[in-house]
Amino acid sequence: MSALKISDMVGRHGLLQAVKGLSLDIPEGETLAVIGANGAGKTTMMRMIAGLHPVAEGEIALAGTPITQMPAHARLKAGIAMSPEGRRLFEDMSVRENLMIAAENGRRGDWTLASVCDAFGQITPLLDRAAGGLSGGQRQAVAIGRALVANPSVLLLDEVSLGLSPAAVEGLYQSLEGLKGHLTMIVVEQDLTRAMAFADRIICLAEGIIELDGKPQDLTRQQITDAYFGIHKTPEGGHA
Amino acid sequence: MLESLIQGILLGGYYAVLAAGLSLMFGVVRFINLAHGDMAVLGAMGALWLVQTMGFGVPAAIALTLPAMAALGWLMQRLIFERALAGGFLIPILTTIGLAAALQNGMFAVFGSDTKSLGAHIGALSWSSWQLPGNIFIGKLPVYMFVTAIVVLGVLHLLLTRTPFGRAVRATSTDAEAAALCGVDARRVHRWAAAIAVALAGLAGIFLALRAQVTPFSGPMMLIFAFEAVVIGGIGSLRGTLIGGIALGVAQTFGGMISPQFSILAGHCLFLGVLAFRLMRVAANDRGGWRSAIVAVFLHRDRLRRKA
Repeated sequence: MSALKISDMVGRHGLLQAVKGLSLDIPEGETLAVIGANGAGKTTMMRMIAGLHPVAEGEIALAGTPITQMPAHARLKAGIAMSPEGRRLFEDMSVRENLMIAAENGRRGDWTLASVCDAFGQITPLLDRAAGGLSGGQRQAVAIGRALVANPSVLLLDEVSLGLSPAAVEGLYQSLEGLKGHLTMIVVEQDLTRAMAFADRIICLAEGIIELDGKPQDLTRQQITDAYFGIHKTPEGGHA
Repeated sequence: MLESLIQGILLGGYYAVLAAGLSLMFGVVRFINLAHGDMAVLGAMGALWLVQTMGFGVPAAIALTLPAMAALGWLMQRLIFERALAGGFLIPILTTIGLAAALQNGMFAVFGSDTKSLGAHIGALSWSSWQLPGNIFIGKLPVYMFVTAIVVLGVLHLLLTRTPFGRAVRATSTDAEAAALCGVDARRVHRWAAAIAVALAGLAGIFLALRAQVTPFSGPMMLIFAFEAVVIGGIGSLRGTLIGGIALGVAQTFGGMISPQFSILAGHCLFLGVLAFRLMRVAANDRGGWRSAIVAVFLHRDRLRRKA
């Protein structure tokens, strides 16, 4: 069954069309990695799914239910949670409060403050610290934990590894491995190797359209690189 | 001296309640309500109408006025402020200026221009006092008002720090978009924040009507006092608002000891002094702290002398 279905979705920033008629069907439990150059429309797409950016045209359906007109706070209750680019923690509040606010307003389910701490071990000693004083890796773990504790069926992770040390990225992906198959994930990731190793399926966005869509094992590095830079192959094998 | 200090502190409770609503609106809704003082007067006029025309006792009038003011705040946020906020920076300011004018003239049309007070309806409480050692007299009404202010601000503090609603308010005031990602409906939070803010304004207006007199045009001066208390204490902290209110009250009381005309001016001077200090601190931080800023000023002075 389709966990999330996007049909002909258009997103604009003023006169600029950042997402151009994007269609995507994501089955339940799939981990989808979204790659693409800066300005390709990845974050706009994620924000539109989360309800933070208006959908100019097209439809989004969550498990068959249309959610296109639903505001962001209602989408969390419907089952879409997002760890946004830049983490966006409430810096003056403690880590515990950051988690509690999502737990209080999200769905009831298996994910609780305790189970999030179990999954992301580094959060436990930080619970009573102000979120503003955390390192980049700790902030990302709390941001993902905050999304998880709302018990989503679809988890959106925007720029997971951006600005983090290799060790912090490794730790985060180890924790995320445990989530695979249990919920549908859409991960925006700049690290191509990491994206190919982690995802069940990869899409590459270029200038707001899907240039490439496939399973990592079926795609060559050259195909991904060409799609990443929006290079179209001619029938003769040369570049257009 | 000690008596003036105590009176100033007690007066600060009134200013703190008046300022708390303004601070809450700005901190949560990011909205400067220039009609805040006029809403306070509306609360006072509402209580006066209930007492003088409808025959209610003062406690019953307060109990009826505060929920009515809260409902008014909720409705104004829903019907006016939300739409004004969507119009950018200038529209909300113009909207509240217009609202203030409409409230003043509306109250003038309904209640007339006479000064009014609830003092005549609370019997001996308006003048009775306790005598402390050292021949110091402390009015009972100011003490009751100060205690009420502390309780109200304390309850509000607990509401904001210990409850899911409070977390939602704080999250929305920090980052409304991130709060939405946590399932918080910012519009709903803003409406309730406006309800609390206008109820606080109403309570402050009733305080003023109990301890002094109000007219339909008392609002702008109340707004200035609220601004001063907020700036002195710092926006976004109820403790700071209380300290700001007390500092303003003490400054006015001590100013009144010098000359009755200097009472209000002393509060303005304190406000300007604190504002100047804050601006200098920002400028100093930009230059690497106070020490670096002072050194830079002296270096610059030497350079100017050399040029001369």
